[in-house]
Amino acid sequence: MNILDVENLWVRFPTRSDVFDAVRGISFSLGKERLGIVGESGSGKSMTGRAILRLIRKPGMVTADHILLDGQDIMAIPERKMRDVRGQRISMVMQDPKFSLNPVMTVGDQIMEAYSLHANATKAETKRKAMEMLDAVSIRDPERVFRAYPHEMSGGMGQRIMIAMMLIPDPEILIADEPTSALDVSVQTQVLGIIDRLVQERGMGLIFISHDLNLVTSFCDRVLIMYAGRIVEVCQADKLHEAQHPYTRGLLNSLPRLDEPSKRLEVLKRDPAWREAASVSGSVSAPA
Amino acid sequence: MSGIAIKNLNVWFSEGRDRVDAVKNATLAVQQGSSFGLVGESGSGKSTILRALTGLVPTWDGHMEAAGETLGKKRSASFHKKVQMVFQDPYASLHPRHSVDQVLSETLGLHGYKDIEARVSKLLNDVGLGPSFRFRYPHQLSGGQRQRVAIARALAPEPVLLLLDEPTSALDVSVQAEILNLLTDLRTERNLTYLMVSHDLAVVSHMCERIAVMQNGEVVELMTVQDMRAAKPKQSYTRHLLESALGYKRQEFREAGD
Repeated sequence: MNILDVENLWVRFPTRSDVFDAVRGISFSLGKERLGIVGESGSGKSMTGRAILRLIRKPGMVTADHILLDGQDIMAIPERKMRDVRGQRISMVMQDPKFSLNPVMTVGDQIMEAYSLHANATKAETKRKAMEMLDAVSIRDPERVFRAYPHEMSGGMGQRIMIAMMLIPDPEILIADEPTSALDVSVQTQVLGIIDRLVQERGMGLIFISHDLNLVTSFCDRVLIMYAGRIVEVCQADKLHEAQHPYTRGLLNSLPRLDEPSKRLEVLKRDPAWREAASVSGSVSAPA
Repeated sequence: MSGIAIKNLNVWFSEGRDRVDAVKNATLAVQQGSSFGLVGESGSGKSTILRALTGLVPTWDGHMEAAGETLGKKRSASFHKKVQMVFQDPYASLHPRHSVDQVLSETLGLHGYKDIEARVSKLLNDVGLGPSFRFRYPHQLSGGQRQRVAIARALAPEPVLLLLDEPTSALDVSVQAEILNLLTDLRTERNLTYLMVSHDLAVVSHMCERIAVMQNGEVVELMTVQDMRAAKPKQSYTRHLLESALGYKRQEFREAGD
């Protein structure tokens, strides 16, 4: 059973002279799996994540045949109802915790707010739940962190707090938009470990947006490769190295590798035909 | 000897209770014509070493030699000709209201060159940006093109030593490949010496022959690229970095949980 089903999604931005198409008619589905979306800057991967939550502001335009969340079309529901979807059913973790945490609220208050907006619970229970969540994201001293402000936190801790906040309403889908790009490699593995464990334990669907091919291959189950607003290839993550599309191949070959020294790196030659080729569908007909 | 020799370098910021020792007792040597990599996490002091070398941080002691000069509190004009730096973020290191032509002519003028016209077009050709880019402003350039301009600016005084502070970390992988190839070519053509800082072990292993691993301001390990590729580090910290660089491993979440 697919949790999310996106059909023919477009994101457009009007410019002074023309309309810019950031996402050009993509379709994909998400089950209880880790789905990676990879591409370069400007390929439309982040816009896809935002469009699902209907977070694209005017004058940006989002159109889709449907975005089905458990069979309900979220393109059709009014903005007020959309607030019940955001956070509660679909959550999003952004790239940099510095810009996504409120600097003038304590960490505890922010997490409690995230919970109490969606759940009808007493203050004591909300606090207990928030502490539990801080513990779940491996924060050593939850009492202290609870009372601290975001500037007192390191980047890795900030990101874990974001994850705690996003997971506390128990959503069905987590969209992680480059959640570890601002972090050091060793902290990165730790944060990924936490996301991985929570997604598995709670049986959620994960959309993992990243530019890092190696990371996506090792972390996700299935990968969509985006180029110029379209999906050029869909493959199983562990078979990414057997990818066929010249763009995917080019990206893989342009990476320097620790295990294979080379004199020169291969430079990606872009073919204008890639831009025009029809989008590949990332849908999986349920049940597989 | 026109490489770099650093002995017992300490760098600190502020005094008294707020004092932070950013680099502690670092010793390293870079041969002329070779390429040396500094790796470590944020806050490990790798960029601080570059900044101390160029004279951007006044609070240091120890012994530093670069491009044949022993460095004191002041840097000579000839030092700035011989040693140049390329910064991490091409979006922040170019003046938004100076055209490429202004950026390069100003640098050339400051270094006392007279034939600025000819040199600007030669520099642009050298970094693979034709003459059509000469009168553009930074916002009219892509990230990779901006980094090429920054490299052209660094090459303007014909340096022998280039300090590269994460030159590709703000770029897409396909653009990163182009810039790394450009840097490799320039090094062979001009016999440059590189000191490169990066958190990406794969990039460093591609570019450098010798590598120093830093942690909390100290150089914890010096090794050759062959050792690194063979994953034969002596220190557990280096092994940890190497493992993290190879991608995510599923079972690791158990460690993270305790």
